[in-house]
Amino acid sequence: MDQIIIPRERLVAIPAVRTRTGNAWALRAWRALLAGVITLFLVNVGLMIAAVATNSFASRWLGTWLPQGWTPSWYVDAWKEFQLASILWVTVEVVLAVVLLALLIGVPAAYALARRDFPGKRAVLLLFLLPLMVPPITYGIPLATVLYQTGLGGTLAGVILANLIPAAPFVILVMTPFIEQIDPNLESAARVFGANTWRMFVHVLVPLLAPGILAASLLVLVRTIALFELTFLTAGPDSQTLVVALYYAVFAAGVRAPQSVDAMAMIYMAVTLVWLLIALRFVNPTQLVSRVKEHPQTA
Amino acid sequence: MAAATLRSAGFDRAVLLVVPAAAFMLLLFVYPFIYGLVLSFEPKTGGALANYHKFFTTSNLWPTIGTTLKLAVPATIINVFIAVPIAYRMRVRSRWQRIATALLVVPITLGTVLIAEGMLTYFGPRGWLAQFLQVTHLYDGSIRLTHNYWGVLISLVVSGFPFTFLLILSYITGIDPVLARAAATLGADPKAQFRHIYLPLLAPGLAMCFCLAFVQAFSVFPSAVLLGAPAGPTRVISIAAYEAAFEQYDYSLASAIAMIMGFVQLLIVAFVLSLRGWFYKGPVTGGKG
Amino acid sequence: MKHDFSELRLDRVTRRFAGAGGNAFNALNELSLTVRRGEFIALLGPSGCGKSTALNCIAGLLPLSSGTIGLDDTRIDTLPPERRGFGMVFQNYALFPHMSVAKNIGFGLRMRGMPQADVAPRVAKALRLVQLTGQEHKLPGQLSGGQQQRVAIARAIVIEPPLILMDEPLSNLDAKLRLETRSEILRIHRELGRATIYVTHDQDEALSLADRIVVMKDGVVQQIGTPEEVYAQPANIHVARFMGYRNVVDLPIAGERDGHVTLEAPDMKLVGVRKLPLDGKRAAVAMRPEEIAIATEPAASNVIAARVDHVEYGGRDSLVEVVTAGGKRLHLRSSTKVAAGANVYVHVPPERVLVYPSEGGGI
Repeated sequence: MDQIIIPRERLVAIPAVRTRTGNAWALRAWRALLAGVITLFLVNVGLMIAAVATNSFASRWLGTWLPQGWTPSWYVDAWKEFQLASILWVTVEVVLAVVLLALLIGVPAAYALARRDFPGKRAVLLLFLLPLMVPPITYGIPLATVLYQTGLGGTLAGVILANLIPAAPFVILVMTPFIEQIDPNLESAARVFGANTWRMFVHVLVPLLAPGILAASLLVLVRTIALFELTFLTAGPDSQTLVVALYYAVFAAGVRAPQSVDAMAMIYMAVTLVWLLIALRFVNPTQLVSRVKEHPQTA
Repeated sequence: MAAATLRSAGFDRAVLLVVPAAAFMLLLFVYPFIYGLVLSFEPKTGGALANYHKFFTTSNLWPTIGTTLKLAVPATIINVFIAVPIAYRMRVRSRWQRIATALLVVPITLGTVLIAEGMLTYFGPRGWLAQFLQVTHLYDGSIRLTHNYWGVLISLVVSGFPFTFLLILSYITGIDPVLARAAATLGADPKAQFRHIYLPLLAPGLAMCFCLAFVQAFSVFPSAVLLGAPAGPTRVISIAAYEAAFEQYDYSLASAIAMIMGFVQLLIVAFVLSLRGWFYKGPVTGGKG
Repeated sequence: MKHDFSELRLDRVTRRFAGAGGNAFNALNELSLTVRRGEFIALLGPSGCGKSTALNCIAGLLPLSSGTIGLDDTRIDTLPPERRGFGMVFQNYALFPHMSVAKNIGFGLRMRGMPQADVAPRVAKALRLVQLTGQEHKLPGQLSGGQQQRVAIARAIVIEPPLILMDEPLSNLDAKLRLETRSEILRIHRELGRATIYVTHDQDEALSLADRIVVMKDGVVQQIGTPEEVYAQPANIHVARFMGYRNVVDLPIAGERDGHVTLEAPDMKLVGVRKLPLDGKRAAVAMRPEEIAIATEPAASNVIAARVDHVEYGGRDSLVEVVTAGGKRLHLRSSTKVAAGANVYVHVPPERVLVYPSEGGGI
């Protein structure tokens, strides 16, 4: 034990702990500002939604606080005119297919990336990251060309494939930290007890990954419903999703009353809102990236 | 080859799990991308670079880069830099966190058209906001927030904020709160805790988030058409590409424009990610790592 | 905050938590304690006893539900942690992963506004104290667990706090490292002379390090005393159990005189010392394995006939488990060689038979 003694005079004294209390006011003002921004955002967005909702139920509305009359007929019209039933069905098909396929190819890939090191891993990672970094239009236009050439353009299958391109990497991005969190010893234990890779996946990994899979699938779902460009470029008249149909409605030939468009927009919002609320019921949004550490509650 | 015997069958097979996804990407992303790239060098008329030449010399084409950047960069900056303090405030898991998060995330469900319609109705010259301002005499004059630059910017913020906020919230809650507690016992007040602990640890995630948000904003298309003035101040690059493809049926030019778009974007992303590398080494001055 | 103080006073500190199902429970219930300058206090108890809660309350990381904490004549429980000026070593070290060792250690000084030129020599001194000179530029991720531990300690002491708080600092280390680091902590404490409050569930650590031990269970203080007192004279059955009195037997009371209690069962008759007021007809008797011996010569009282069940060899001595005719099991340490199945007599001196109120439901 080496006791080197430094003469006390050479060390500058440590300043005392700051005890000024001016901070409290500044902190409160800052928090009030934040609350104000949040409220402003929420109020304005809320009013925007309310405006659309009001308009969708209005018979006529020109520059006054509230419309002159109310009617639900726009919804009925929109339903019939835009063939919303079939469009909704197409949207459901596309979205569910994309979610399922994205999980099917994404989760195993995320597992391989999380657990194994192999030559070319960085290249593969880049390969999966690029579709998220490149604008959909950039690869969407040539993609549409290719799909039309191979006869898949304008079909349901084509739309599904196109939407899968950003969906699969997204699944991989979300699932990889989830898989890294799982103790590899669990897999070793499963193997020792006789499980091969497939059974280990099904009986050990998938149940543990359930929250992550749920989070990923719900995010993909919401994103795919909202994704405009890819479907726009690759869809035919009977493979349009709701968002594309909505866009066309705005530009449809003839004079389209904005109210019916609003009605359709409200239906769109309702559809996504239902899914989002289901999502938030099961998944805390903060679980997207990493573990959540709690405050001390242990004794 | 003898070394291969050390790798058991199980090891190799796990790596194969990557193959379906990788093959899919190669087929449906890389191939079309390369196809588009090649196509851009095969214009209808002129030499290999004719498309690009045309882009940079046509007066309604090359300024679209600047226009799009003028929209995308401020929108992203606003989104990221508003999301950070709000997410920081909500890092403690509580009932408030869940409610506020759910509310702030609702705009994800809106979709571009609803936002556009909502803004046209609400922010329009005869909308509620205008009437409110008139009635309260806060601003006497007509507000011009739609069919111009501001309309598109606002819609980008409204649609981009929830996603950015969610991502940053995830990153912030991933930082172990015990580090902030340790800093507190060493004399750091909440401001110092943020500056010395959270911010450096957040920086890599922030950079990633900026890039993702920027990509979303840079691809702006329906908003620019519905809420902006697509002929002029909000003529973004995706509009140019769309016009080339579906109005002029010049797929080669469209591919060229798409390539330019992708290139500009990758440039900015690469720049931000390189900044992130610099930032992360910052707090470890003098260290050899 | 002053660098020196006379005493830290906790007065009926209570911390309530809302438990599952909505019912509140007291993680910490009316803890009262006075810590004197330079004293080493150990908070000892099993998981869930409230010791970490107490530490966090003293540090300011948890607010009090009721009670006060005072440093001499200043009340500090209303201050946030950054204004209390205590040093704290966390169980998982909590080293800032993006800062080098030197920057980690210097953090507290920099927060006080010291210029870097003045910080450096103090950091160097702290590194020498924990014997980590040369590691200044490494990142925490590049250090071993033991080294990270010492960085955490250096970080807490470099600010020369009046009080150092340690939350189970050794629990993540392997056995050998634990012993070494324990000696280090003792050496550093003797050199610096700062008051220290140390949380642990390991009685060996508490006994070797502390000037006084606070034994806790379920948020309530069971006993405060010197290591010798807690070891030899546990205040109640819970403390006795925790401090290694492995043999706890529930016996009927036959009589009592002058604090000495006679307990009698068909298979054993014992005389012991009453530690707490007894009620009912039975009492719980606690004995240490080290204080029960195999009788080599007949003794007057406190002799029990038993059969050896099995022997665990321990080198210097063995842990012998015996069974009485009535089926009661006793553990004892003996250097006498005995074989399993042998019939023996075991003896325990009356002063080392501690008698407590019965817990209800015998062994």
